Amino acid sequence: MSASDWREQLASSVQSTSAESMPGLAPAQLLHVSAADWGKLARVAKELGCRWVAGWGEDRAEEILVNACLEKKGAYMIARARLDHTAVTLPSHTPYYAAASRSERHTRDLVGVHFSEHPDARRWTRHQAWAEHAYPLRKEFAAAGAPPLQTPPDDSYPFLQAHGSGVYEIPVGPVHAGIIEPGHFRFQAVGELVLNLEEHLGYVHKGIEKIAEGRDAAALARLAGRISGDCTVAHTWAACMAMERASSLDVPERAHYVRAIMCERERVANHLGDIGAVLNDVAFTFGFYQFARLREDWTRLSHALLGHRFMMDRIIPGGVAVDLDPAGIDAMREQIRALRPEVEQLIAIAEDNASIEDRLETTGYLDPVLAAELGTLGYVGRASGIDFDVRRDVPYPPYDRLEVAVPVYHYGDVAARVKVRGAETLFAFELIERLLLALPDGSIANPWQPPASELEGIGLVEGWRGEILTYVRFDSAGKITRFYPRDPSWLNWPALEKLMRDNIVPDFPVCNKSVNGSYSGHDL
Amino acid sequence: MIGWAMAAVQCLLFVATAPLFAGWIKRVKCRAQNRAAPSLFQPYRDLTKLLRKGVVLAYDASWIFRATPYVVFTTTVLAAAVVPLIALRLPTSAIADVIVLVGFLGLGRFFLALAGMDIGTAFGGMGSSREMMIGALAEPVLLMTVFTLAMSASTTNLSEAVSFTLHGGLVIRPSFLFALVGLMMVAVAETGRIPIDNPATHLELTMVHEAMILEYSGRYLALLEWASMIKLMVYFVLIANIFAPWGIASTTTPTTLALGVLAIALKLMLLGIVLVLWETVMAKMRLFRVPQYLGFAFLLSLLGMLTHVILESGGH
Repeated sequence: MSASDWREQLASSVQSTSAESMPGLAPAQLLHVSAADWGKLARVAKELGCRWVAGWGEDRAEEILVNACLEKKGAYMIARARLDHTAVTLPSHTPYYAAASRSERHTRDLVGVHFSEHPDARRWTRHQAWAEHAYPLRKEFAAAGAPPLQTPPDDSYPFLQAHGSGVYEIPVGPVHAGIIEPGHFRFQAVGELVLNLEEHLGYVHKGIEKIAEGRDAAALARLAGRISGDCTVAHTWAACMAMERASSLDVPERAHYVRAIMCERERVANHLGDIGAVLNDVAFTFGFYQFARLREDWTRLSHALLGHRFMMDRIIPGGVAVDLDPAGIDAMREQIRALRPEVEQLIAIAEDNASIEDRLETTGYLDPVLAAELGTLGYVGRASGIDFDVRRDVPYPPYDRLEVAVPVYHYGDVAARVKVRGAETLFAFELIERLLLALPDGSIANPWQPPASELEGIGLVEGWRGEILTYVRFDSAGKITRFYPRDPSWLNWPALEKLMRDNIVPDFPVCNKSVNGSYSGHDL
Repeated sequence: MIGWAMAAVQCLLFVATAPLFAGWIKRVKCRAQNRAAPSLFQPYRDLTKLLRKGVVLAYDASWIFRATPYVVFTTTVLAAAVVPLIALRLPTSAIADVIVLVGFLGLGRFFLALAGMDIGTAFGGMGSSREMMIGALAEPVLLMTVFTLAMSASTTNLSEAVSFTLHGGLVIRPSFLFALVGLMMVAVAETGRIPIDNPATHLELTMVHEAMILEYSGRYLALLEWASMIKLMVYFVLIANIFAPWGIASTTTPTTLALGVLAIALKLMLLGIVLVLWETVMAKMRLFRVPQYLGFAFLLSLLGMLTHVILESGGH
């Protein structure tokens, strides 16, 4: 069966019309689905074994659009339903796809679309502080908002309760000790055993989707770089890719390579830091400091060669803002030569230590079936048997010229997630070396040309957390009217709730760190 | 009279040098992890800073919460007074034996656990419950190891027991070896070190001791921190002087006292390095492994006692 067969099957099973060719949306196809068949679409897609990728709504003055993106075997499809402003109700996808739940709550909160049969009526992104019928992504809602003088407390979120003798509740956050982002975790526990964990996010909602409206391409790229600081390169890349596809702008070969080098550098920096942080959470401080040292050396070279420790704003629409000179190429090669044996040695030390092994193995087990159900991405998915990587399965330049190895494990525990990240780090070294070797000559950017008409585009990038999907739509003046970046954290956060079950309370920090969802990337 | 003065001086020395010992451990630890180390006197600076700061009290804090820092500090100082540091046969050692020592520490723990629950935060209660679980398993081990020693020396008085080992010559007693390992394991657990607890963590959900004192600030926190430094030193002085008492002053001449100070300083430095090496190569164990760990320590101390009965007490 060819990869696209399922798309025809899906299209024929519901009342739908295939849209005219949309080059900006490649590799996805657009399918208009009638509102009544929206639920059926999910049911059939589920039967066909599709993965639910993303969902977003859009207020177009004359109608409201709701999109859902599905994927199977590297072929994407964007299903779209048109709704009238007077009847903004749509069947929910959540009964078939657990992954859709929070996304639909987000769309309900911000766009004001009601999803019938959605099992969860509680607000998600839009906390209690917002007025009942204030939908920030509606066109009539001012970007500045209308904040009250004093924000009412967000204290009545009805968490799932557990009853029985000896059951108690532990509220954690949203403000945490240490330098991490705000998010609330509610545990129901008996003794040290976790019965249930429920997350409550949205504390770092910045209105990214709203303030993107009306921006030009360069400003949007900068905004995308601030969705989540730790994956600024991947998000900017995805946003630029979407804009470039929408306006059919070619990017110079050299820029593709430099983008990939930066993206791999970002992957290495975060993996190194996080492996160390996992070790710190089990009080193996030696490992923490060693990995922190390597990460620091790594980011310092990024700063020296590319002008920014996290390489923020180095990717611009049409190319990149910074070039690599021969000396810089040598410095990167030299650093990899020096770092590789150190990383290998440290990973070996951590893997050989019985007390670490005892802490990480079987801890935070995510069943492969559940992982697939939740659509988990990146190393969280790959540690639970999900063999998917955008770089290999839907290759975009320059990865279409490279062979990408994807480490996959089935153990699903913290140890497996750490293993995946170790393997990805070492493989990223190899990728950077190959990219540097094959770095083509030429210019690093083509001038940006705003599209002359209303156009849409999607960007798909494998960030270090996993697949990032970014949707943009330009208006006829070449300004952004809709921007939706789907960070992989949307699909990995729910996995954390599930993998904590039957673990002990003090193992939460290490489980959380092994997933390391982005609060900011999720809250938008 | 001079004896009491000596006892007072020894106790003061104990209390005053406890932060120095903590500073030493911190320093060695930083070195072992390839980090730049803070000054040896950093703990003093931290304590001074905390003592200067105001206290923030929760609305629901009762007298238990306010009294606990003083109770814990006092009981720990009293426990320190009982332990021979540089000289033996001081009058303080006659008023209390090892059972009282364990009692002092137990009383401090009891109040600390109450204070953890007093405010009503989830973390405090969690810390208290974990601390009591560890305490309930660790105290018997502590008693058993000291009893092993007491059976050889025929006394539960620490000073006399130490002097028994000191004057018994260099005899290797298998029972002492068992007791030594048992006591070291329990010392690690009781003072909240890796692999039982991590004194340097910021992760509330993993904390034991730190979770109970999470709501404390200012001088209250200073007293509690200081008390835990003293407690750490109590355990290590116990280990040092019970199992290797050489150098401790039996008389109160200036030379022997100076030698006593030097000896205990060297022993503590050495033990500090051992502790750091242990903490550096180990990750913290899962909480449900702690009973197994302490069960093993108990088994060792029991074996120590049996060895004494079987191998060492015949022939009298």
